[in-house]
Amino acid sequence: MKRRDFLRQGAAAGACAAGIFRVAVAAEPMPKVLVVGGGYGGATAAKYVRHWSAGRIEVTLVEPDDRFVSCPLSNLVLGGSRRIEDLAMDRRGLERHGVRIVADRVASIDPGRRAAVLAGGGSLPYDRLVLSPGVDFIWNELPGLHAPAAREGILHAWKAGWQTQALRAQLESMADGGTFVLTVPPAPYRCPPGPYERACQVAHYFSREKPRSRVLVLDANPDVVSKGALFKRVWKERYGGIVEYRPRFHTVDVEPGAKAAISELGDRVAGDVLNVIPPQRAGDVARQAGLATANGRWCPVDFLTFESTQAPNVHVIGDAIQTAPLMPKSAHMANQHAKVCAAAVVDLLSGAAPQARPMLTNTCYSFVSDTDVIHVASVHAYDEARATFLAVRGSGGLSAEPSELEGRYAHSWAANIWADTLG
Amino acid sequence: MVMDLGCLRRVTLPGALLAVALLLPQGVRADDGARLAATCTACHGTDGHTLGDALPPLAGQPIEALLASLRAFKSGERSATVMTQIAKGYSDEQLERIAAFFAGQPEGRDGAAAPAAPGRGR
Repeated sequence: MKRRDFLRQGAAAGACAAGIFRVAVAAEPMPKVLVVGGGYGGATAAKYVRHWSAGRIEVTLVEPDDRFVSCPLSNLVLGGSRRIEDLAMDRRGLERHGVRIVADRVASIDPGRRAAVLAGGGSLPYDRLVLSPGVDFIWNELPGLHAPAAREGILHAWKAGWQTQALRAQLESMADGGTFVLTVPPAPYRCPPGPYERACQVAHYFSREKPRSRVLVLDANPDVVSKGALFKRVWKERYGGIVEYRPRFHTVDVEPGAKAAISELGDRVAGDVLNVIPPQRAGDVARQAGLATANGRWCPVDFLTFESTQAPNVHVIGDAIQTAPLMPKSAHMANQHAKVCAAAVVDLLSGAAPQARPMLTNTCYSFVSDTDVIHVASVHAYDEARATFLAVRGSGGLSAEPSELEGRYAHSWAANIWADTLG
Repeated sequence: MVMDLGCLRRVTLPGALLAVALLLPQGVRADDGARLAATCTACHGTDGHTLGDALPPLAGQPIEALLASLRAFKSGERSATVMTQIAKGYSDEQLERIAAFFAGQPEGRDGAAAPAAPGRGR
């Protein structure tokens, strides 16, 4: 018997043995979930749709970068206690859960046809789409940086990777006695305490290696956005004479050559290293799909399912959404969005109603030195009457003071959330 | 066969849903305990399979011990950096379901393989 005939006969016999229902089932395609973006939100959603459907939903993740680089902990690269390689991982663990990874970028979404068009050509169909596009920057609010060439020397380092390393290199080559100027955009932006942790990390580096140097924080907001009392105490007690904090300095333009930030009142502040964290909005793909209708910046969602209010069968999670009250744009929160969304997607594809009262937590650690850490934590419950998540009264809080113990917990958090996201 | 019964149960579902509903029998979906417990697992590892030695593992621990800890964190009787603040966000009944979920998980590392070691990403 030729091999081909053997296979054909074998297949026919198998079909008979399994009976008519199984043949009918086998002919039905598995429901398809397409996840766009492989960061904290998207990777977690892809894994948990597989996990909670017992592998009965086909999950494809589209992500152009083969490396996951953690934004949490990346300020430690600026402080010098971690290398960017320490924060870079692959996504092979997701493949062990049966997630198919497509190394491409989604160019556009067609909700009518339920398909995503790939930049590299072709399109992928879906029954439900989960978008976790992160943030992109609103460059036209900083005219001096609007042209990409102007940005070469002025880094944001607000997406961990080569920018983080390049900013570290700028700090290393700065002469002692220089000034590091950091601009903070108006809230909301990714990682509320991140800029202030960064100020601590650079101050930590200066205190060890360049003690005559200064850190100047120009904050568009009226006060430190997160963990304010703790950060201000650290700056005073540990980094007195190094960190200067200036609120209500809303950077509206930048002179890249002079390394100067210009405020809306016309104040001009130049530094030796200028680090501009630009104003932010939902990632390009969500905006192009017409989902970012809140202020033209963020994507409103139904908080029970994270389905977009603008397009059926399209869910949006992570930093890109219009948040509920007191909900930070954090990696931990993206992980939590992903799980509520994944559970709802499995419910909906099973013909069931989504769970009525989902919960979320947030725990966010900030390193104020190479070892000492402070946290903020919160618990959020879905409120049916207001159709949003509300912080549970009496829960949550802050550290009393920085501690090495919380430094150990912060590293434990990183190891566990990386495994929960990618493993 | 569970799958076949699932097909028969759902033939009344409306058109578009039918094709996808066929493959997802009711029992497949995560129960409330799994979903509530998933709010803990960013710090405590998938299904309570905790990595490292800074935190105790939760998977497969006795339900009484898990619940006693959660209640003590909630009341403040047991001090902690974060858990006293988190536990207060849950009702007693939610804490019971969370404890029951983790107690029902196999001990060890099942389903919680660590990602590739940092630094070997490329």
